[in-house]
Amino acid sequence: MLEVKDMVVAYGRVNAVKGITFTVEKGQVVTLLGTNGAGKSTTLRAISGLLKLVSGSITFEGQRLDGVPAHKIVERGIAQSPEGRRLFRRMSVEDNLKLGAYSRKDPAGVRSDLARVYDLFPVLGERRHEAAGLFSGGEQQMLAIGRAMMSQPKLLMLDEPSMGLSPIMTQTIMRTIRTLQSEGVTILLVEQNASAALSLADRGYVLEVGHIMFSDTGRALLGDDRVKRAYLGAS
Amino acid sequence: MSDTTTSANRLARYQTSAHIAGVVAAVLGIVSVLLPWSYAHEPLDDVAYYGAPSPLQYNYLGLMVIVLVMFGAPLALRRKGKFRDRIAWNTGARFGGYAMLATALVAVAGIGIEAGGLVNVDPGGWIAVAAGVLATAAGLVLLPSAAPRTGTFRTPAWGQILAIAVGLAAVLFAAAYALGLTDSGAFLFYLTFALGLALTLVRVGLFGWLAQCAADNKKVLVFAAFLVAFLFPFTQNGSDANMSIATQVLFFSATALGLNIVVGMVGLLDLGYIAFLGAGAFTSASLSGSLFAHINWHPPFIVTVLISGVVSSLLGLLIGTPTLRVSGDYLAIVTLAFGEIFRITMNNLDGSDGPNITNGSNGINNVPELGLFGFNFGDPHVMLGVTIGRFANYFWLMLIVLALIMVVFVNLNRSRIGRGWVAIREDELAAEAMGVNTFGLKLLAFAGGAFLAGVAGSVKAHYDVSVTPDQYVFLESAFLLAAVVLGGMGTVMGVLVGATVLKLLPEKLRFFSDYRLMLFGLLLVFMMRFRPEGIIADERRQLEFHAEDEELAEEVEGELIAYHDHYNPDAAKTEELR
Ligand SMILES: Nc1ncnc2c1ncn2[C@@H]1O[C@H](COP(=O)(O)OP(=O)(O)OP(=O)(O)O)[C@@H](O)[C@H]1O
Ligand SMILES: [Mg+2]
Repeated sequence: MLEVKDMVVAYGRVNAVKGITFTVEKGQVVTLLGTNGAGKSTTLRAISGLLKLVSGSITFEGQRLDGVPAHKIVERGIAQSPEGRRLFRRMSVEDNLKLGAYSRKDPAGVRSDLARVYDLFPVLGERRHEAAGLFSGGEQQMLAIGRAMMSQPKLLMLDEPSMGLSPIMTQTIMRTIRTLQSEGVTILLVEQNASAALSLADRGYVLEVGHIMFSDTGRALLGDDRVKRAYLGAS
Repeated sequence: MSDTTTSANRLARYQTSAHIAGVVAAVLGIVSVLLPWSYAHEPLDDVAYYGAPSPLQYNYLGLMVIVLVMFGAPLALRRKGKFRDRIAWNTGARFGGYAMLATALVAVAGIGIEAGGLVNVDPGGWIAVAAGVLATAAGLVLLPSAAPRTGTFRTPAWGQILAIAVGLAAVLFAAAYALGLTDSGAFLFYLTFALGLALTLVRVGLFGWLAQCAADNKKVLVFAAFLVAFLFPFTQNGSDANMSIATQVLFFSATALGLNIVVGMVGLLDLGYIAFLGAGAFTSASLSGSLFAHINWHPPFIVTVLISGVVSSLLGLLIGTPTLRVSGDYLAIVTLAFGEIFRITMNNLDGSDGPNITNGSNGINNVPELGLFGFNFGDPHVMLGVTIGRFANYFWLMLIVLALIMVVFVNLNRSRIGRGWVAIREDELAAEAMGVNTFGLKLLAFAGGAFLAGVAGSVKAHYDVSVTPDQYVFLESAFLLAAVVLGGMGTVMGVLVGATVLKLLPEKLRFFSDYRLMLFGLLLVFMMRFRPEGIIADERRQLEFHAEDEELAEEVEGELIAYHDHYNPDAAKTEELR
């Protein structure tokens, strides 16, 4: 469904992503692993159209995405829950969610999706008129995911959804991802919690300083020595 | 235990004495009103009158009564109840004390300056100062109340509407009265008095209750506010002086509201907004049929107004298209330059090299009065026995324009576009990631704001009679921006208040017109320090700026309860039993 080919992305003159190639198949959960600064977030930003490519290409459902403005990419069915959540802190929960659905033109569908998010995260429903900035970190993360879901994406990209969360909260988030997967949403997941991510993932790619070092199925990577050493904390 | 708690415990013993001292201070203040404040007659519209209070002293008397209630109520309300517990009596009393002291000091200083020396201050004035000192001291001893919860009072609908009516009538009366004051000292006294009174009432929680009444009756409130504004010309008895000021306030407000979309909602810093007003004014003047205009086509005003708006918004597109793609800082610089370029260009379109459109620095004079549907805005007419002059005509027209802008603003705020705008202000990158066409929406706001300015400018050309480049200088842009920031970015009411303050003060305080800029600078610095969200806050901004205050208030509240239980162990038990 998504094909990234020889993609190079730069900030100014510094290349952050140096020619990576990977694919995401429909219905899969694919995870990107990598040390800090490896270029994972940069990759997601480029797919969302927030950064321009230096070279290479992105294809989504057979159509080129590079060069398409960000708001058109959302309309094509790609949503992102960005790193650090980036909620609209002074807007209410409901307004945040409505912004997630900004590109949609079916009010009835939006309303039923609102209900779905509230169903998934009851705390958001109970406090829907409160400002997003007043919520706890974990609750904000739920809102960030809910907001990304509101555009009814075919491909949902989550950048470190468990950042700063307690183990229990992380489990909740992972369970949500699995629910979404079972509903047929394709997911591209960036996670520091490698074991949780890999046990969910159909496929994983390991990035290092802008290059993809290797890739395999999620299960295989879980057992891989290199991965164990670098990301799972085993000696 | 923390320091605050121990000092609270120490102060706790003196609460009753402080309340009594405050009552004494208020009584002293009332006594001072019965005495002359000044030996001379000139200062403060004559406060030398003997026997009965002078008009200014009557105002002060009102403040005394309120302070008396603030200090006295806790003494009278010894039993637990909503009136004792939900109203922030102590905080109100403290601010009432400050207000007393401040007004008394302004009065004494005013007498000293206007009559040449403090020897002219009579005992009454000094007693007022002493009362102010006593009330302030008593207020400082009082433990601050918990945040008022007056919004929870249940009031019947008729009571709420009555409250709104009384509130608005007070505003109308106060405004008309303030405008009528000619003496600068008296005006300053009145200003201090009004601010102090307002602050006291805010602190005690009255505004919380009024806000609740207003929120429950929004339509009534808006309608009544416009009715009050509409009736304003009738309070002026055909006098033009104040009508002219009031009309200028409306022009300024309408323009500031346009700027508020750009700055307050979308967060684009536009430092050259006045140029769009100017573009509208020059367009309108050129098409007006003035002898000094160089365009020989005089469409009806309805057409002119649209053309002016379109010309301004085209300019907005011209400036915005290249700059809005890059980050915010560039926009500030470019608009700043644009404002200057506009003024210089208007100065140079005098035909010396190039076309003659504006007559250079002379501008376009003798712009005829506005004619709309056969009605000439220059003609006075008599209505309900009051002469409605030229200024009042324009005043009403601008009131309608203002109402239209407000309708546009409020509807936008609730719409999808408005939500996109606010999202851009909050976090542009996140908005983009959510599918908001950030560039398109910014351009729309920028050009739309320019359109509104162009419309206001086209009326202003007729009102001002002459349109010259030096009316549209950077300073005016800065004032507009100050009005938006001062009043409260992103809110309609805030901007109206900010615009009124900024336009009214210089008109009335001529004596320090030399220091005007410095004073506004200071005012802004103080606002940024103590109330960064503006006089009237956007709910969203309030959350952002004062999150830590909430915590503080809760802490204080918790401590107060602890201290209260400590001193009244029985009361705590009875609470439990109940
Ligand atoms: N806005 C920026 N401007 C300049 N350089 C940037 C910017 N954002 C990221 N970089 C650089 O690009 C490289 C890749 O950053 P990126 O954010 O993609 O890393 P990441 O893999 O997401 O890391 P982390 O796990 O810490 O989130 C880093 O070297 C970083 O310093
Ligand atoms: Mg990252």
